[in-house]
Amino acid sequence: MTLLITIFAAIICTVIWYAGAYKSNMKVGFLCWLYWGASIMWFVDAIFKYAEIKAKFFNPAPLDMLNDSFLGLSVVAFGLLIWLINILITDPKGVIRENLFKKVEKTKLQSKN
Amino acid sequence: MACFIVPVAEAVVTTIITKVVKSKEKEEKVKVSFADGVVEDTTKIKFSTKLGWLNKLLWGGSALLAFEHIWHGEVVPFFPFLTAIQNGETADMFAEMFSAGVTMSVLVTAIWVCMLIVSHIIEKRAVHEVKLTEETL
Repeated sequence: MTLLITIFAAIICTVIWYAGAYKSNMKVGFLCWLYWGASIMWFVDAIFKYAEIKAKFFNPAPLDMLNDSFLGLSVVAFGLLIWLINILITDPKGVIRENLFKKVEKTKLQSKN
Repeated sequence: MACFIVPVAEAVVTTIITKVVKSKEKEEKVKVSFADGVVEDTTKIKFSTKLGWLNKLLWGGSALLAFEHIWHGEVVPFFPFLTAIQNGETADMFAEMFSAGVTMSVLVTAIWVCMLIVSHIIEKRAVHEVKLTEETL
């Protein structure tokens, strides 16, 4: 389930990136790399697990499935958090910079008055 | 156990290589035909940028995989950081690193190589289309 959820996240991000590649500067591509990288690695993990437990791999216990889904969603959330931090640090739209400069201007004007 | 350490090690090496390549690279200008038929002068994608794709795949994948290991209690925030070492399962850990970890790194690199081939074909085709239009004119 973790692999499946991550693959879905990677596909959705890639579609969003492709649809707005030239218009958006929200760095969705960054999320694509993150989720695709993890998907490839978990795919390898899944192959090794399949080699170990064979057909049982496709019949997981409901509790294991629930746990894996919970982990998958948490992984997606963690990826989004990394992306958000990256957006806030690099500030591609200059929103944070603009706000900071406004504050400086305001404080300068207040001190002059 | 600790399979993500292998892609992390590869990511460190490729990041260093990217920095070295980037400092030595020069811009190469080419005429490219875009999807809407417009021909424009553009700069060719640098190899350091292409290496950056591999870095992002490796770092991104390893970060999320490390999160999964923390989730399962295989990585802990205190020394020796890996519960496998703490429990005396070092041999099993290395076996997993050499099997799953190395396969992960190899597959990610193989997919990156495929991406390089595809991008090379697309670049070549775009340049070739410009040559054809120039010849017909």
